[in-house]
Amino acid sequence: MRIAKRDELTGKSVAIIRILAILAALVISGIFLIIVGENPLQIYISMVDGALGSGFRIRETIHTTIPLLVTSLGIMIAFKMKFWNIGAEGQIYMGAFGATYFALNFSYLPKPILLILMALGAMIMGGIWLLIPALFKAKFGTNETLFTLMLNYVAIKWITFLQFSLWKDPNAMGFPRMANFTENAMLPKLFGVHIGWVVALILVGFIYVFMNHTKTGYEVSVIGESEDTARYAGINIKKTIIRTMFIGGGICGLAGMIQVAGISGTLSVELSRGVGFTAIITTWLSGLSAPVVVIASLLFAILEQGGSFIQTVYQIPSSVAQILQALILFFVLGSEFNIKYKLVPTKKSKGGI
Amino acid sequence: MENIIVKMNHISKSFGSVKALNKVNLELFKGEVHSLLGENGAGKSSLMNILSGIYMPDEGELSIKGKDLVLRSPKDAIDLGIGMIHQHFKLVEVLTAKENIIAGYNKGIFVKHEELSKKIKETSAKYGLEIDPDKKVYNMSVAEKQRVEILKVLYRGADILILDEPTAVLTPQETEGLFDIVRNMTKHGCAVVIITHKLNEVMEISDKITILRKGESIRTVLKEETDVNELTELMVGRAVDLSIQRAPLGKRKKVMEIKNMTVLNFDKTKAVDNISFDMLSGEILGVAGIAGSGQKELCESLAGLMHIHSGDVIYRGNSLKGKNPADIIRMGISMSFVPEDRLGMGLVGSMDIVDNVLLKEYQKTIGFMLKKRTSKEKAQTIVDALNISTPSTDKHPVKLLSGGNIQKVLLGREIAANPEVIITAYPSRGLDIGSSMLVYDLLNEQKQKEVAILYIGEDLDVLMELCDRIMVLYNGTITGIVDAKTSTREQLGLLMSGVVEDNLDENS
Repeated sequence: MRIAKRDELTGKSVAIIRILAILAALVISGIFLIIVGENPLQIYISMVDGALGSGFRIRETIHTTIPLLVTSLGIMIAFKMKFWNIGAEGQIYMGAFGATYFALNFSYLPKPILLILMALGAMIMGGIWLLIPALFKAKFGTNETLFTLMLNYVAIKWITFLQFSLWKDPNAMGFPRMANFTENAMLPKLFGVHIGWVVALILVGFIYVFMNHTKTGYEVSVIGESEDTARYAGINIKKTIIRTMFIGGGICGLAGMIQVAGISGTLSVELSRGVGFTAIITTWLSGLSAPVVVIASLLFAILEQGGSFIQTVYQIPSSVAQILQALILFFVLGSEFNIKYKLVPTKKSKGGI
Repeated sequence: MENIIVKMNHISKSFGSVKALNKVNLELFKGEVHSLLGENGAGKSSLMNILSGIYMPDEGELSIKGKDLVLRSPKDAIDLGIGMIHQHFKLVEVLTAKENIIAGYNKGIFVKHEELSKKIKETSAKYGLEIDPDKKVYNMSVAEKQRVEILKVLYRGADILILDEPTAVLTPQETEGLFDIVRNMTKHGCAVVIITHKLNEVMEISDKITILRKGESIRTVLKEETDVNELTELMVGRAVDLSIQRAPLGKRKKVMEIKNMTVLNFDKTKAVDNISFDMLSGEILGVAGIAGSGQKELCESLAGLMHIHSGDVIYRGNSLKGKNPADIIRMGISMSFVPEDRLGMGLVGSMDIVDNVLLKEYQKTIGFMLKKRTSKEKAQTIVDALNISTPSTDKHPVKLLSGGNIQKVLLGREIAANPEVIITAYPSRGLDIGSSMLVYDLLNEQKQKEVAILYIGEDLDVLMELCDRIMVLYNGTITGIVDAKTSTREQLGLLMSGVVEDNLDENS
């Protein structure tokens, strides 16, 4: 067998390939579950039940979806420019840091003003965190993949330092934790879920319009395709990269603020737990389309919620649930290969040397 | 027949849904020069890539020196004595000729320099390939590099040589030298395949010619029994008038003046070295020169894409020095540029025609939002006027169009801007004969609208027929500006190889 490039597939056959991939994943995971002595059908039903089975579970799933969706939108702008931002995790933490600064020091302000200040602080910090690698890339042509990746660890260690030393809550009886936010630093709720979901949906619309109907969005696409073409068209490449990356990092930072002010109410190194990395997958799977990324983020959240639900219900080790998630991911991502390439049998021939 | 050295029978090969080769036959005899003639996309290179083991055919039989076999890799082909010299040389610049020749082929651990140099000199003497084995590749001219490539395959014992467009990078004089080498090789019993689309060269060098069209072998003819007109007809599939009409000269007012311009490469070497010339309205100024003589940098610096190091470009009294394309647009100057790299610079491959027309329009509107309406209308006008075959103007990425249609989109957009100056770099490269003719017609039409046109070309015949004056570049300098009507190939060839115009008489 050898690998050959496929022609562009129609939307229908792409959908069929993706559905087949999910089915194959379920079958293989099923075999695995039988080996560990579980009934696969029951487990699958429980996963869906665990993610969407009650009002509470649906809310939890949406809670997981929101940061994933917002971060994906931030990453998407960078990816459109072929700027490989692997540093969303760090931008989330720095955003949360910016928000926490206002939450802890200006808690006397009225709620709307405080929340707006927190959001601005988050966006500026997240924006700066992506602006640094963007500036270096624009000026010196450094590799942004490594740069953004490494800044993740800088951000996480900075938060660890704050948590264990500088911003440690003196009233926590020696525990290394920061003080809880006051009530007016927390996001209000709408239909039982914090209003982060409204922000996320507004952002979906904003990013969609930005990428498809604004001059800057058009310039971003042109730069992503070819910098030579951008130069040819008279686009100020450096300015556009810097401006757009500030927005992209800012949105990732906002995800940090939503998480800290919507869910945890305090900043800690446990805040994101890999959302910045998972969002890379959802962004890529969406084909860089803002509406599609809503679905991709929701599906990932279902997978995650369902996974943790079966852990508690069936008393199966967390590693089993993780293997299930990994298998499903493996097949879905693997199907991308089948969308772009195909395997062709090589002809057997007589003779040879 | 014992003299048959290669026999390819019913070879087919597809790439995706594109059938590159469909039951192609080819026979190659010892001691002959066999030209493969065809337009771009006819399957010439695919066929030869199969013979040199790079591609595997989907169907068909291959027999080499009387044995039926399957080539699984280029190494198999080399072992059988098949050597391909690619259009883009595959040499390590920092190594010497000798080191390049033995790279990947040295048996044993140590290099026996003395012995090797001797062997290389023997081989080069045998075929008349003049090479200094110890010269570094980066110090070599293009023709020298090509000789190293040839020697490399000969040294490995090749007696079936495939040359892919070997004359594209050579001056007419260097081409003659290459042809002498080719004749030497056939005298020693080698079979040589030349892939080309230049008809006059085909008639000069080949013994036999096989014409490919759209992946099929149309016919194999003997040189003595054919002529250029028949070959064109076989190649295109219909009779074609190859003559280019030269439109009458316009008013010839000075539009652009280039004064002592020097442009640097990123490594600070001079790409364009102190050149001065005028561009006049209603005239096509041709630029000739072997590839890499500074043509690209000349175009890009005029269009504001490259920094002008010293000297100046004056456009109707305004200096363009230090201006980028956006500045030039803002100055109200209508300059069109059709770059060499169409999809990499002139167009955005993944975008549709409307979005590509938008590339030159969107900055003219005010506000943050894109306004596509005028571009949509303009795109439709271009598609209609130039007969571009595309399923739609706003849903089909331009990179999926054929090469000819891609160029029509680019040229159409640039002309639709009503330019005063058009800079074109190799606008007919890679296009079939029909599309090339359309390009020349469009340029002539613009010339009659009093546009000043700079035409960077590679085919001397086209330059001599289409242009009014021809400027020759050598190593970033101008060696001469001649009247196209009275110029000759020999004269241009000498200028291209660095002889300065004033000294022409003494040298010729």
